[in-house]
Amino acid sequence: MSNQMNKPLNRRSFLLGGVAMGAAMPALALPDNHKSLIGQTYPAWMKTPGGQIEAYGTVARYEKHITRHKAKDTAQTQLFSVWHSPIENQQGIITPNGLHFTVNHNGVPDINPEQHILKIHGLVDRPIKLDLNTLQRYPMVSPVHFLECAGNSAPNAVSLTALDLSAQELSGQVSGAQYSGVALKYLLKEAGVKTSGKWVIAEGADGGSHARSIPLSKLMDDAFIALYQNGERLRPEQGYPMRLFVPGWEGNANVKWLHRLEVSDKPAFTKDESGLYSDILSDGKIKRFSFHMDVKSVITQPSGKMILPDQKGFYEISGLAWSGYGKIKQVEVSIDEGKNWHIAKLHGPVLSKALTRFSLPWNWDGKERVILSRATDEHGHVQPTRSQWREQYASYSFNHFNAIQAWSVNRDGLVENYYV
Amino acid sequence: MAHKHAWLAAVLLLSPLSFADVDIQLAQPLLQTEIQAYDITIFPDGKNLPEGSGNVIQGKTLYKNQCQMCHGESGIEGPAARLAGSDGWFSFSDPLRILRIDKYPVLLISVGSMWPHATSIFDYIRRAMPHYAPKSLNNDESYALTAYVLYLNGIVTEDAILDKKNIVKINMPGKKRSASGWPE
Repeated sequence: MSNQMNKPLNRRSFLLGGVAMGAAMPALALPDNHKSLIGQTYPAWMKTPGGQIEAYGTVARYEKHITRHKAKDTAQTQLFSVWHSPIENQQGIITPNGLHFTVNHNGVPDINPEQHILKIHGLVDRPIKLDLNTLQRYPMVSPVHFLECAGNSAPNAVSLTALDLSAQELSGQVSGAQYSGVALKYLLKEAGVKTSGKWVIAEGADGGSHARSIPLSKLMDDAFIALYQNGERLRPEQGYPMRLFVPGWEGNANVKWLHRLEVSDKPAFTKDESGLYSDILSDGKIKRFSFHMDVKSVITQPSGKMILPDQKGFYEISGLAWSGYGKIKQVEVSIDEGKNWHIAKLHGPVLSKALTRFSLPWNWDGKERVILSRATDEHGHVQPTRSQWREQYASYSFNHFNAIQAWSVNRDGLVENYYV
Repeated sequence: MAHKHAWLAAVLLLSPLSFADVDIQLAQPLLQTEIQAYDITIFPDGKNLPEGSGNVIQGKTLYKNQCQMCHGESGIEGPAARLAGSDGWFSFSDPLRILRIDKYPVLLISVGSMWPHATSIFDYIRRAMPHYAPKSLNNDESYALTAYVLYLNGIVTEDAILDKKNIVKINMPGKKRSASGWPE
């Protein structure tokens, strides 16, 4: 021992550090005459060196159960899949890319970005093509927007009884992100759209060549080709290497893996605009091209399937509101099934066609309660009640459901989906 | 306000290009041959429909071999999208009604009852079907399968032959029910 003690510590052996030093430590320990508790009270992670960094970071190992869930209520196959975002486990207005909802009608293509060419043709003076590197040189916009599937919250639209579902299972087909990309107007100007051009057929490079007819006016307004989502390249399931983004419009119209824009004088009536993404009205008429996602809100905390830990006391009611027409102007919250309404706090930033976080402090008295939220946007659109919404549509029509969501809280603190 | 204007004026004077004037010419010309290689959209007026034809009998064989396992024998059973029949809830006399709605709500709407143009059926079959091997059907096969889907819906008779001329004349039940949510 004394030999080791006397041996001069050279710089190299000191820097090699850790293991050799640690192994030698017990032998060097002095008697603990003052009964220090440090060694016993501090948790293990404060008494050991920390771990290593991953090249691409991920969540804490204790949070790995917070994931997207595959919807059970859809005709799911390997290729047609619907994945819901865990909205009740998030805060703020930005959805992490790995948790962003995703709906895919023919799987996720594995696109080599170097071979991906965007083509613009049809009723234009100069048909053009661009690769990713060229597109990258155009001026970029970076707005924050929500994205919502037309079929979000469908169970509450069609089910006669309120199914016991969580916020994720019921309304997890909405997410928020900051997108960066190139405004369509530059590209359409460069191609020179003929005066007869009124619609553009946007097509993806997936197996099913997903296509939607988009009015030209939207593309010349605020639409863009998204290349980035929350600062990094689009994920494959979000359209890598490029997607069409039409702010405020139903998810399906934001064509992923965009590779072709065909300017036309009329819509093509593609598969999705012919059937699945149309709305059946109460008189049997089929409403097509209902692009806007209307004003909507949902309380995410507390929400379905949660159990409040204490049977009374303080809870913050928190949720998300959004409108495909513009900014959220007001969110009201009721804790008595809609008899009285309280103005919720809107947490900034309040952005156009983006998720807006709202909250209301709540001292729960321990009684059975039904909590609701009702959003109003800057254009005066107000969320309808469930029965008001259903009056407009056939009983089996499930798209664009934006009615007020109610959660019941029973005396045990159990929160459940509820129809007022 | 005066401050704000001074700031704006300074920016305008200093910018090499004002935003509205940006004239970017970075794209490459797209050649006619390149357009033809990807030009698959079929429009309701028949624009872009290819030559060729197919009949119900041919379509029936193709359907049995390549479509039935997902769409069901009569185009109603699923699990993939419902091709035939009225849209709406399944008949109350259907013993599997509850199961079907619960498992496959997409089956509440049918191609035959909702789609306003037969050209869309041809377009989608050719670009996307069958799901496990999209773009594997040729033009004649796509006409034949379109004819068979129409036959399953009672829209054409068993001896029907479909081509670019008569497909645009098919009167789809969904057409007269159409209402546009877009004002233009």
